[in-house]
Parts: sequence; structure tokens; C-alpha cells
Amino acid sequence: MTRIQKAALVLLGLVALASLAAGWIAPSSYSEQFRDAISAPPSARFPLGTDDLGRDRFARLLYGTRVSLLLAPAAAFLSTLIAAVVGGSAGYAGGRWERIVTLGIDLFLSLPWLFLLLAVRALLPLNTSPVASVTITFALLGCLGWATPARIIRAGTRTLVNSDFLVQARASGISGLRLFWRHLVPNLRPILLAQFWVSVPLFILSEANLGLLGLGVAEPLPSWGALLRELENYTAVLQNPWMLAPVVLLVTVVCCLQVVLRTEDRIPC
Amino acid sequence: MLKHTLRILLGVAFAALPAAPAELRFALRTEPKTFHPLMVEDESSETIRYLTGGVLIRLNRYTQELEAELATKWTVSENGRRIDFDLRPNVQFSDGTPFSCEDVAFTVRQLMDPALHSPSGDAFRSAPGAVETGCVGSRAMARFPGPVAALAMQFDQVAILSAHSPRKEAAVLGPFALAEYKPGSYVLLRRNANYWKRDAQGRRLPYLDAIRLEIQQNRELELLRFRRGELDIVNRLDPEMFDRLSTEMPRAVVDAGPSLDMELVFFNQVAASPLPDYKRRWFRSSEFRRAISEAIHRDDIVRVVYHGRAQPSAGPVSAANHFWFNSALKPPIYSAAAALDRLERDGFRRSGEALLDRDGHKVEFSMITNSGNKLHERMLALIQQDLAKLGIQLNVVILDFPSLVERITRNFNYESVLIALTNVGLDPNDQMNIWLSSAENHQWNPNQKTPETAWEAELDKLMQAQTAVQDPKKRKLYFDQAQQIVFDQAPMIFLVNPNALSAVSPNLKNVTPALLHPQIYWNAERLNIAGAYTSQK
Repeated sequence: MTRIQKAALVLLGLVALASLAAGWIAPSSYSEQFRDAISAPPSARFPLGTDDLGRDRFARLLYGTRVSLLLAPAAAFLSTLIAAVVGGSAGYAGGRWERIVTLGIDLFLSLPWLFLLLAVRALLPLNTSPVASVTITFALLGCLGWATPARIIRAGTRTLVNSDFLVQARASGISGLRLFWRHLVPNLRPILLAQFWVSVPLFILSEANLGLLGLGVAEPLPSWGALLRELENYTAVLQNPWMLAPVVLLVTVVCCLQVVLRTEDRIPC
Repeated sequence: MLKHTLRILLGVAFAALPAAPAELRFALRTEPKTFHPLMVEDESSETIRYLTGGVLIRLNRYTQELEAELATKWTVSENGRRIDFDLRPNVQFSDGTPFSCEDVAFTVRQLMDPALHSPSGDAFRSAPGAVETGCVGSRAMARFPGPVAALAMQFDQVAILSAHSPRKEAAVLGPFALAEYKPGSYVLLRRNANYWKRDAQGRRLPYLDAIRLEIQQNRELELLRFRRGELDIVNRLDPEMFDRLSTEMPRAVVDAGPSLDMELVFFNQVAASPLPDYKRRWFRSSEFRRAISEAIHRDDIVRVVYHGRAQPSAGPVSAANHFWFNSALKPPIYSAAAALDRLERDGFRRSGEALLDRDGHKVEFSMITNSGNKLHERMLALIQQDLAKLGIQLNVVILDFPSLVERITRNFNYESVLIALTNVGLDPNDQMNIWLSSAENHQWNPNQKTPETAWEAELDKLMQAQTAVQDPKKRKLYFDQAQQIVFDQAPMIFLVNPNALSAVSPNLKNVTPALLHPQIYWNAERLNIAGAYTSQK
């Protein structure tokens, strides 16, 4: 592990620790409204100021990190897993199965999934708790977000299947599952990881957008997505740059994760 | 020398150029659904009708008084069934067709024609039967099948059609006429050269040459275009946009004060709704509803959500409605303690952090609102914390608008709702469809065959009584009592009346912002653009 990786790991650990210890670190609750201190600037009482309802931004950021740091990677993992199974099998098997899967992916991408999300929200019981609502949201995102990565993984698998080392492996008598697990999957790792890391911020932002449809994180629970929605008011952002804290944290966390889990160019043939 | 000559030449060339024509530009949020003035239902079509249609009587949006337009005089008789008009002479439609009493009779017949089913005619259909029209010289008469409350005022919405013009409804009597419509892009209205009105100096109105209505759904883009000077008016600004603009262009923002619009909450009281019985019992208790009303901090909603640009409301009529407003009703004073006392009198009790009803059920309910409305989301967050102080758990649910409408009008699968009501009419008759227990829009418990509660029966009686008499003072007396019942029973909890906020280009002259819609261009024929070339000059 390099020094940069160690530093990134420490940083990630600190962020995770801070979010888990939000109850002790944050001076106030994420939902408490200080109506006498609306949109207050940073101070000792409110390290990142308050939002337009007088809620402590620092507390909301810590609790929001807890929600997003857990659920967005979980949704990204789910979508990458589905994409790996579908895209990988299509690229590996080729032939009719590949054609069916490609057609399926195209069809899936062309469907207006927004209506499914709206229908889900309409079908959910009205007294669903904010935690259940956010979990359902990310689970849905994970289940719906596999098609684009699957297409990339299929193409990557196809290239690998026709590569020299795999042809040689086949010529040496290796076949079936052993060929798949020992030679193909390890070489797909960079693609899978890239898809995973691309999906994490994408899901965080999707959750923010879904909030506009009422399917995101319900009030008063914070999430990075909900906090990012505040940035729509660009005048306020220019006047109160500390509102950019969730963006800084999001970029930092994603960069750190990429550094820590960076794969070396060693290909285990 | 050469430079000097060039400067003179350029100066002469610019002086010879005419100034730009006086064209007013503002945005329509949606595509107009119709250009037929009697078929208007949506806001965009209403804007076009207002600017192009000539009416017999106009409600002055500023003074809230009725004014003579195409009728110089009118008389209402037979207990509000009959109206006689003396018509203005020497008036022509935009295509030159002369205006006569036959046009009035034709318009009224069209208005009441069951085959056309004009939405504007709904207010006149108080009883089954046909309308009678009469026409003698410059006098026109209409006798409706039943008494029509505020009969004269209803004619503010009736644009007169031509009975003889080959251009049919495209021939208009208003200050502007439809010139061009490019779907998805704009509607262009040009000055009606035959418009009858003149200013104090005898100049023919309108001053403007044209009005360009840009079809623009995105509010941010609309604001951006206003800042660039591409639009002259932005109607209905939200407080956040208003504050943003007031820091950048303080001379451009207009706060006309509390509007007729209102934000309100109501609970589901429908007997057949899929609610557990104990919840329906809560929602049907007036003590429970009043306690919720007292526990909501309206002043905080005004300050935090509306940045001070709203007024706490008490009843169904805004202070902007000068005549019908019941000034005896005051918004409930926020008091969590008083609310808790009221709930305890109704059998509720605190148990730790939670509030329990008499059967031990924890008081928890959801409140739905429409998505995409930040003001509603913020209001709900405030209400959530206010109610938490009583031990009530409020679950905020934001739904897309069609789902919300489905729940509150069809399957009644909701517990409470926060919505906005946009009022355009001043008269209590415009609210009949809300207050009558048999009405479809008696939102908390619609379509009742007979009133389910004594107070709803009383409300029905008062609303019918006010519609049956013509004397405004008597009508006011009845409607004040109706407002008092609504206040006491709180079937709808009125929160605030947002202010009418607009942005107007400093180049636009003769602007007199009014509280009633359309706040800025209600006197469109007198608006002018500074420095623009107009046909009058």
C-alpha cells in the first residue's frame, strides 16, 4: 500500500467515524429547527451555518454521510453485480444468448423507468418511515441502474474472450467455470470497479433528483442528495460558499475510495 | 477630418432609424388550450382572453369596483335573473364589423348553449331552462333561467363575440387581437386599431403595438430572460426568486401585498375512505382540527418560508378581497400549550414523548403535498416540528400531482393534505363548489347526499341564502356567518395568504400593480414601453 493510499484510507476512516459518531460530534440534532437562526453563517454554535429552516448544516452533513455512504455504494454494488452477471455471461457465451441480452439491455434502456418510480411511490403506504423510504429508493436505483454497465461489461468480456491469453488458456485445455473464474473475472475487475465507482456519485445525485418526485429521502432525514439540492440556488451558493461542503465531501470520499481500491496493472493470467 | 465626417454620418444614420416598436413581452407557463373566449379554462387561455376580449362590464382589478366598458349602463332585476345593458355606440370589432346588441344576444345564447358547454357559462346556469335574450336599438337584455348571484360581475368573464363577422371569434373588441401563434414558442397579439377606448388626451388606446407571450415553462429561464431584458414582466414570483431579484434589480420587483391565493391543510373526513376508524374519529373531531390549527406557527411560516412576504390567514377569504373579507376573524395565535389543553379535553393524553388517543393509539398521521413545490416542502418541515411538540408524529409524503389528485378526489386514500388554492374570483359564489356539502370540491368530505353534520347543514343554508338575495349587505351578513362556521369548525385550516410578487421592467410605464389577477397587466391598454416607437406618435 502506497503512502497516498494510506492517507486516503485514514481520511475515509475519519469520515466514516465522524458520520457514525454524529450524535456525539454534532452540537445539535439534524432535524431541530433553530428558527431564530435561519440561513446563519458558520459560527462556534453552527460550524457550517444553518439551512433555510434553521437546521444545523454540520449535523445534517454528518447524518447525511451516514445514509449516503452506506446506501449509495450498496446500490452501486447491486447494479454492478447484476451488470456483471448479465453482461459478463452474454460476452462470454456469445451467440444467441448475447443477442438476446443485447436486445434486452436496449429495451431496458428505452423504457421510461421514471413512471415505475412514480408508481412505486404511489403504491407505498403513506406512513412509510423515512429510513424505509430511503432504503427502497436505493434498492430501486440499484435494480434499475444495471443496463448501461452491463453493456460495457459485455463489450469488455467479448474483447477478453478473443484475447491471446484466453485463446492460449483454451488451447491448454482449460474450459468452463475454471476459465471464467480464474482467467476472465480477474481481468474484468478494472471494468467492474470503474462501473462501481461511476455509479456511486450517480446514485447519490439520482436520489437528489428523485427527491423532487417525492421518492427520495423523506423529511427530516438528511442525505447527500438532499443537501446537494440546496445548491440549486446558485446566488445563495456564491454568497455562502460553505454550502459547498457536501460537494467537497462527496468528491473527497469518491477520490479516496478510488485511490484506496486502485488496482495495479498486474493481470493474473 | 475624415473621422469627424464619419461621426456626423453615423449620427445622421442613427437619428434616421425609427425606435423599436412598443412590444411588451412576458411568459406563459403553458400552451394555451383554446382561443375561443367562451371555452377558456386554463390560465394561459385566460391571459389571452383578458387581453383580447371586450367585455360589457369590467371588474377594475385595482379598485375592485365594476366599471362600464361596452355597456355604458346596466340594471339587474327580477331577483338577479335579468340584466339590461345600454350599449356603447360607434364601436367596431377588430375586423371592422360594427358592434351591436345582436352581438350581445348572440354571445349570451352561445354562453348558455348546452351543445357548446362553455365553462364561462357555468356561473349562469343556476337553474334548468333556456336563456331569453332581447335586443332593441342600443339596448340588450338577458333573462336567465334562475337567479344568478353577482350577475353583473359575472360578465367580467364574458368576452363578446361577433354575430356577423366572417372571422367569428377571431374578431375581438379588446385592446389586442391575435396575430400569430407558434406552438411551443410564442403567441403574438397586435394592437386592435379599432379599439374604442381613448385616453384623457383623446389618443386612441392601447399604447403598445404588440404583446409577445413567450411559452416558457422553466421559471429559472424566465427569470434569466427577464434579467437579460428579453422579458418585461414576471408574474407570480416565489419569495426566494423575489429576494434574489430584489438584490440585483431592486427597482424591478413589485410586492403588491397579500393575494387572494391561500395555503391550507385539511383532513380526510370521508366515511367510505380506507382509513382506520380511530383515525377517522380524530379527523372528524373539530377539537382535534382546531388544536392542530393552534399548534401551527403561522408567523414562522410567513417569516421562514415566505421571507415575510405572506400574511397569516384565518378564513377562506383573504384580506385582499376588500368587501367579502371578515375582519372579525383573526388567525389563531400559536400556542402548543393551548393546543395540548384542547386535545386533552377531547380525550387525548401525553405518554412520554408521544400523544395517545382515548383508546391508546399513538397519534401519527401523514400529510401529503405535491412534488416540485419547495414552499410546501418547507412548510411541511415546520409543521412537522410544531406538531412534534404535542407528541404527534407527522409523516411528510411528497407525491406527483396526478397521484395527489387521485388520492384526494377519487380513492380518498390519504390522511391530510397541504395544498394551495388559487382564487381568481372575489364573489362568494365562486366558492359555492367548496362549501356546499353536496359539492364535488367540498374537499374534506365531498358529494354528501344530505349534510352529515349540523354545522355543514348550517353552512349549506347560509351559502344558499347569500346566493338567493341581491342586496350586497345582506349577502355579506350571510357570508360572514358562513366564514365564522368555517373558522370554528376548521374543516380547512387556513395557513397563509402569499403576497402577489412580480417583477416589472423599469422601462414599462403606467404600471399600477393590483392584488387581483392579472396583477401587472390588468390595465394593458395603458401600459407603454419607455423610448419605444408607438403607433400613436
